[in-house]
Amino acid sequence: MGAVPSPAGGARVGAIVGLLVLAVAAIAYPFVMRALDAEFYISVASRILIYGIAATSLNLLLGYGGLVSFGHAAFFGIGAYAVGIMITEGVVSGWLGFPVAMGTAALAAAAIGAVSLRTRGVYFIMITLAFAQMLFYLVNSVKAYGGDEGLNIKVRSDFGFGLNLKDDLNFYFVVLACLAGSLLLVYRLMRSRFGRVVLAMRDDDARAEAIGFPTFRYKLILFVIGGALGGLAGALTVNQQNYVNPNVLHWTQSGTLMVMVILGGVGTLWGGVLGAAALLVLEEVVAAYTVHWQFYVGWVLLLIVLFAPRGLVGLMGGLLRSIRGRDGGGGQR
Amino acid sequence: MTGLLLLEQSLNGLQFGLMLFLLAAGLTLVFGIMDMINLAHGSLYMVGAFLAAWFVELTGSFVIGVLLAIPTAAAFGMLLEATLLRSLYARDHLAQVLATFALILIINESVRMIWGSDMPLSAPAALSGPVELLPGLYYPAYRLVIIAVGLALALLLFLLVTKTRMGALVRAGASNREMAMAMGVDIRSLFTVVFGIGAALCAVAGAMLGPLLAVQVGMGESILILAFVVIVIGGIGSIRGALVGSLLVGFVDTAGRTVLPHLFREFLPPQLASAAGPAVGSIMIYVLMAVVLFVRPQGLFPARG
Repeated sequence: MGAVPSPAGGARVGAIVGLLVLAVAAIAYPFVMRALDAEFYISVASRILIYGIAATSLNLLLGYGGLVSFGHAAFFGIGAYAVGIMITEGVVSGWLGFPVAMGTAALAAAAIGAVSLRTRGVYFIMITLAFAQMLFYLVNSVKAYGGDEGLNIKVRSDFGFGLNLKDDLNFYFVVLACLAGSLLLVYRLMRSRFGRVVLAMRDDDARAEAIGFPTFRYKLILFVIGGALGGLAGALTVNQQNYVNPNVLHWTQSGTLMVMVILGGVGTLWGGVLGAAALLVLEEVVAAYTVHWQFYVGWVLLLIVLFAPRGLVGLMGGLLRSIRGRDGGGGQR
Repeated sequence: MTGLLLLEQSLNGLQFGLMLFLLAAGLTLVFGIMDMINLAHGSLYMVGAFLAAWFVELTGSFVIGVLLAIPTAAAFGMLLEATLLRSLYARDHLAQVLATFALILIINESVRMIWGSDMPLSAPAALSGPVELLPGLYYPAYRLVIIAVGLALALLLFLLVTKTRMGALVRAGASNREMAMAMGVDIRSLFTVVFGIGAALCAVAGAMLGPLLAVQVGMGESILILAFVVIVIGGIGSIRGALVGSLLVGFVDTAGRTVLPHLFREFLPPQLASAAGPAVGSIMIYVLMAVVLFVRPQGLFPARG
């Protein structure tokens, strides 16, 4: 179950060293690319990190909360459109745009969650899907903000302090900071009392309720946090693309985010980021060789479902354990 | 005038609803008996449509082409079930979502490699004209044929499920799979057959709707979600529920596309009215589902006994 239990002794030192190496690599990456005159790969990395945030926010609901939301694109899209609409209307400040994007997504999550969380299982999957599709058609019909043609923005969000989001390097670090903040939030959250209750609910809803926890309220708060983080990813993506169209709200987008989470590792801290990176890098690499990249990506995904049931995090954990010569075991599901 | 328009649109709603039913019938049994989320069900619909277009091109006859496409699609579905989907029944919903999402990618691209992104398929010339149903009400002959085929297949399916031994086994499986297996029902091979029938129905829907919509890669994804909505409204695992749900969704969708813009024109500027109509219609489908789930969380006709 990865991050939640505190690892003891040597493993802890190993985790800290690993984290430091990762941080140094992430910070050095854009400078190396700029030195190599490969600026393009900085924006590819930014895109991966943005999807990493979106997938992490979904993993919070899906993996930790056991809430299989099939409508997460709604929050991503709301964040993107909130910033897009504000910039179109002349409000370019990122200090205003980003909180509004997250706040709107959080409000939508509160409303959607208040209805959806009364159902469970397959019905929860379908009702979250339904709400996202409603928003998809709604946005499609609002001609004032582009309708089905999408919305172009002429300038990017402005954060002042000489921070220029048009610059790939600056943008990369903003995204990296957002991702680090999201991961830290998820990590701290799941180690708090709140997180423990959420895990208890995931494993046995009825028991958690019988103990006396107001489970509906806990789930709703979790859903709102997930929605807000999804909105953050949306706010970043519109800034990167200078464009947003209703397809960010389409169900296949929710499906893609879900695929990233399952691919990376459900209910693991790094699962969302790893899944987003794996899927997008795979797409980039295969698409460089053939226009029929979907065919090959599909086969890779299929093989992973069949032979690595716990995703890439599980696969890597298994490899690490076999290198260290310890036996595996444990894990959820 | 408005009465005739309403009648014509009701026929359109019936026609779309019946085709949705052909898709939803297979999906609801897969979902109900095996508790399996199969996102690739829409791919069977697409494969059926492409096969039909291809066979029609080869044979030069619409009827022969469609009749060849149906068993081919059924064979494809059974092969898929026996080689791959079968191993997913025991897995959780997330694994099924990932695997069948992967299947969508694979099948979409395979179709693109074999036939290209789209194929022409038009209704037979004899059926291209309109028929005068009532004085002043002209209705396309081809759409009438779709309604007839849909009604005939719905009746056939109803008889199959309620009157035959196989239907009894299917209903037993949908109601309680473990109990049915304990009573000696060979659910596995029964299910391969059920899957084949589901694929055949998908192919009929794909081939019949092909001339009206378009035979193109990605056609399955847009209709798949509607089929899911249908079976959730109707109650997962219930054929009767699938029929009622399909007709409801068919009527609501058609009403949104045609009747609502007319209504909106009464009190909205025309541009806004024609833009808002389809959106409101599509949204209403999901509102309908949300309301049904809220009031009857198991759907209108729950199959689990």
